[in-house]
Amino acid sequence: MAFELLFTASYSHPILSTSTAVIVRQQSSYRPLGLTTSMVLPFKQVLQATTALFNSQVLNLQLINLSFNRFFPWPHRKVSSILKFIRYVRLIDRLCQLVTFGGGKKRDRWSRKEYGDFEAQRHWMEITINLSATEWYRNSTSNDLSYWGLDYPPLTAYQSYIHGQLLKLFLPESVSLFTSRGHESYLGKLLMRWTVLSSDSLVFFPAVLYFIVVYIRLSNRRINIAWLIAMVLLNPCLIIIDHGHFQYNCISLGLTVGAIAAILSNRELVACALFCFALNHKQMSAYFAPAFFCHLLGRCLRCRNPFLEVSKLGLVVLGTFLILWWPYLHSTEAFLGVLSRLAPFERGIYEDYVANFWCTTSVLFKWRKLFTVQSLKLLSLSATLLTSLPSMVQQLRAPSNLGFLYALVNSSFSFYLFSFQVHEKSILLPLLPSSLLALEEPLIFGWLNHFAMLSMFPLLCRDKLSLAYISLLALFTLLYFAPGGRQDPRKTRHPSTLRLFIMAVLVLSSLVLHVIYLTMHPPKRYPFLFEAIIMLLCFSQFALLAVYTNTKQWTLSKKSTWMDKEKKQL
Amino acid sequence: MEEKQSISEDSDPHSPLIELAWFSLVSSCIKILLIPSYRSTDFEVHRNWLAITHSLSLPNWYFDTTSPWTLDYPPFFAYFEFFLSLFASLIDPIIVELQEGLNYEANSVVFFQRMTVIVSDFFLHYAIYQITRKLDPEKRRFIWVLVIWSPALLIVDHMHFQYNGLLLGLLIMSISALEEGKDLLGGFIFAILLCFKHLFAVAAPVYFVYLLRHYCCGGLVRGFWRILTMGTVVMAVFAVAFGPFLYHGQIQQVIHRMFPFGRGLCHAYWAPNFWVFYILFDKILAFLLRKVGFKTQRAGASFTGGLVGDSSPFSVLPQITPLVTFTMVLLTMLPCLFKAWKDPQPRKIIRWIAYAYTCGFVFGWHVHEKASLHFVIPLAIVSMNDGNEASHYFMLSTVSCYSLFPLLFEAREYPVRVLLLLLHSILMWYGFSSRFSGPVVLSASKPSRKRNAESTSERTWATVSEDSRFGIGWIGMSYLLGLVVVEIWGQFLHPLFLKDKLPFLPLLLISVYCAMGVFCSWIWQLTWIIMSP
Repeated sequence: MAFELLFTASYSHPILSTSTAVIVRQQSSYRPLGLTTSMVLPFKQVLQATTALFNSQVLNLQLINLSFNRFFPWPHRKVSSILKFIRYVRLIDRLCQLVTFGGGKKRDRWSRKEYGDFEAQRHWMEITINLSATEWYRNSTSNDLSYWGLDYPPLTAYQSYIHGQLLKLFLPESVSLFTSRGHESYLGKLLMRWTVLSSDSLVFFPAVLYFIVVYIRLSNRRINIAWLIAMVLLNPCLIIIDHGHFQYNCISLGLTVGAIAAILSNRELVACALFCFALNHKQMSAYFAPAFFCHLLGRCLRCRNPFLEVSKLGLVVLGTFLILWWPYLHSTEAFLGVLSRLAPFERGIYEDYVANFWCTTSVLFKWRKLFTVQSLKLLSLSATLLTSLPSMVQQLRAPSNLGFLYALVNSSFSFYLFSFQVHEKSILLPLLPSSLLALEEPLIFGWLNHFAMLSMFPLLCRDKLSLAYISLLALFTLLYFAPGGRQDPRKTRHPSTLRLFIMAVLVLSSLVLHVIYLTMHPPKRYPFLFEAIIMLLCFSQFALLAVYTNTKQWTLSKKSTWMDKEKKQL
Repeated sequence: MEEKQSISEDSDPHSPLIELAWFSLVSSCIKILLIPSYRSTDFEVHRNWLAITHSLSLPNWYFDTTSPWTLDYPPFFAYFEFFLSLFASLIDPIIVELQEGLNYEANSVVFFQRMTVIVSDFFLHYAIYQITRKLDPEKRRFIWVLVIWSPALLIVDHMHFQYNGLLLGLLIMSISALEEGKDLLGGFIFAILLCFKHLFAVAAPVYFVYLLRHYCCGGLVRGFWRILTMGTVVMAVFAVAFGPFLYHGQIQQVIHRMFPFGRGLCHAYWAPNFWVFYILFDKILAFLLRKVGFKTQRAGASFTGGLVGDSSPFSVLPQITPLVTFTMVLLTMLPCLFKAWKDPQPRKIIRWIAYAYTCGFVFGWHVHEKASLHFVIPLAIVSMNDGNEASHYFMLSTVSCYSLFPLLFEAREYPVRVLLLLLHSILMWYGFSSRFSGPVVLSASKPSRKRNAESTSERTWATVSEDSRFGIGWIGMSYLLGLVVVEIWGQFLHPLFLKDKLPFLPLLLISVYCAMGVFCSWIWQLTWIIMSP
């Protein structure tokens, strides 16, 4: 490969883009300063200074105006219009002062929530290394489930156990039973951060590289691999949630990517096992389950002996689950106990201001008041299944590699938009397969990424991550539009002027929303006005994207695509 | 999002300025991510200077002793701080409070000061664009990668906290002017630079000789006239800088503050230069003599104690005074002064200046490890000329960046600094080897270079011969492996085996080991200057 453009070296070489990704991850894990009141203050100061200036000018101008009126009658109109303009500026300033700057008291509501995900993960480490496996999910005197009880599947518990042992090695007091609650020492935080960083580079990175290798083998045209790697690895949403907000999404998402790559390379059994691992690390991975299920079933149905194939896959799934759930299989009571922990239905249909269907329409229909939790469960389940049905049917009828990737996007989208108890962070799940599709659908990926970031903006502001948010988003945008980065041989057709205009307006409005959210207080009557507007905007975009990817998946089957052409040759 | 549009619009013809914007914005994003990282006392030093310049009147600037971090840079830097303090007082008035602001560490001050460094870096980026704009695009971009994404600058400016980007920008602007034959402008900018930070004066002899021979030539009358012009310009700059203090009769105090010779030969952490060998040799000699039975003066642990000592007690070897170091720097600089006197060629000025700074670094008095930036950054511009240069630069840049590691001693920055250096080394290796090795690349890039050589008559780069390939050989390779060993020893094995004993041994090892690399680079540069036609 002749690299004519050296400067793209930052990401035109897989190793480079990978190490850049590590650096960016580590840096964002500093939990940077947010743009707090003191930082917004400059705007206010500048504004006040300009106002003072204007005020003095107003006086001067009025004097001048008087003298002008006396001696030269004609420019009077001009001067008065200037005066009007200045008054207008002052009016704006008044308005700004009315809504006042900074976000000091507005977010007090959130401080009620103690600690958050960081403490949860640390607490799980504490529980898992100090208690026996059967105790982990059971409420007891030594395990108070109401204090950040373990509510993820067993693989998370095992991972916490391993990381807990590591922490115990270096800093025993950070994971000691009871006494370590709320432990936040410098070294403790650093070690926790490094566990995420290391699991990211041990699980997510290799999985992505595996996917890339398979992808290169499948596509016979010249593609810019490095750009794709940069897009997948430097995904700002994943970085900021895992290394800023603190979670271990990289593990479950990495396992999913591994499963996807295994499917693309025709290793169905490996794929099954990997996906079961992902499912057992975070139950949220079930967003992808319909796509996996239907694609594999569709493949099996096309084989000579469908029953044998299906039973092989079934055995692998069963075996993996058996191994992972082994400590809880000795009694039905223990098994059901774990299961009930994994499905927290008591939390309600939606949380905060997530940009999904239920939350957005709750502006009009108060779902929580109209229906009971039971019927809401049923309603959301049926809506989810109904919306994911088209892509499932398509995969059953004509399973294809590219179609599978689209189906992943579609099923995760329908779960995000319609399922019960969705969190803002769940947007990571539709984002993952669309980042794998970045070379196919660069526009969709960029668009989704932008609005996914926006949808998490209020959450990240609460975490005081707005500075990291800004720089990560800018970095991603720069890499996305890197000169010579995406050398697509198929010249993408230029979007029409109207579409360009609409897109520009949307991007601009989202940027304005960022600024407004950071600098202004909402009116007292609607304290969550800005969150609601962000949610509405994001929901509309997500819904549009979901419709687009669904239709795209269906039109795919009509014409055979490059990936499947290649498969036929194989 | 503006860059989004601008880049997508012109993504095909690649206007160089847009590319430059891309590079600098990417680096700015990384710098913004670094805002909350470790910062040294230099941060408080600069904050204190903001307060001094803002809340005191000019005659008091160099007399204030409210904080131990007194103003000890030349007046232009003080004016620069005064300019920044105008904005600082708008953002948070406490920043510029002399008393209340002491050790102020609120988000606002961190954000403001870090942003000023990030913004002032754009000046360096523009200077680099100035000096490379006539090169062919491939070369230019790679130089940008080396300078704009330099890990050493990131570590010193954006983590440790200093304004080297701005100062190096001035230096490169001045060199660029000299290379283009605008001698007066070059001298003018260099005079400004000297009034910003006097440590850059090490290259003044080179400037003096070069300008005397290149600018002030052509007959007695014309030469004299030009000397007069240059002298007037330089004196005018100095008058603007020092005039107000001269007016208040404080020039002695200013000079006293700027040259604190009370400090020791070496900085707290030994910069990797010649004196490290000297001290080490002294220690070994003293140890051996004591074994044999001689009585030697016990020097104590003042070198390894990590304190800024004010004397340099050697037990065996002769004492080193500032005058000795000064003479040594001048003596080692003589070859390049001689060359500059004999044949002042504009295309060689950048090496001479870099060499002068190297001499100052290797033999200077109380040298900071950060001073290695003064020659590493300018040398990046000539590193793309041929394979030998590239090999030399690869080693030098790696070593000098590694020698900065002790600046960031906190565990939090460990992955960052290691990955930054690794990324930089991989990038350099990849870029140099794709340009200077492999016949395919050479033949492919040849026509463009020829065309470029024709278009720029001023700059006739030595054409790359087929055998001058990039490669560091087995010696370089084993040296770099040794670097890894030193790092592993210092970080993992030393705490494991020796626990708390000899706490400064890892630092000493890094100093000595890097000093070898820097010394080799000095010899390489010296031979280049002597051998070059």
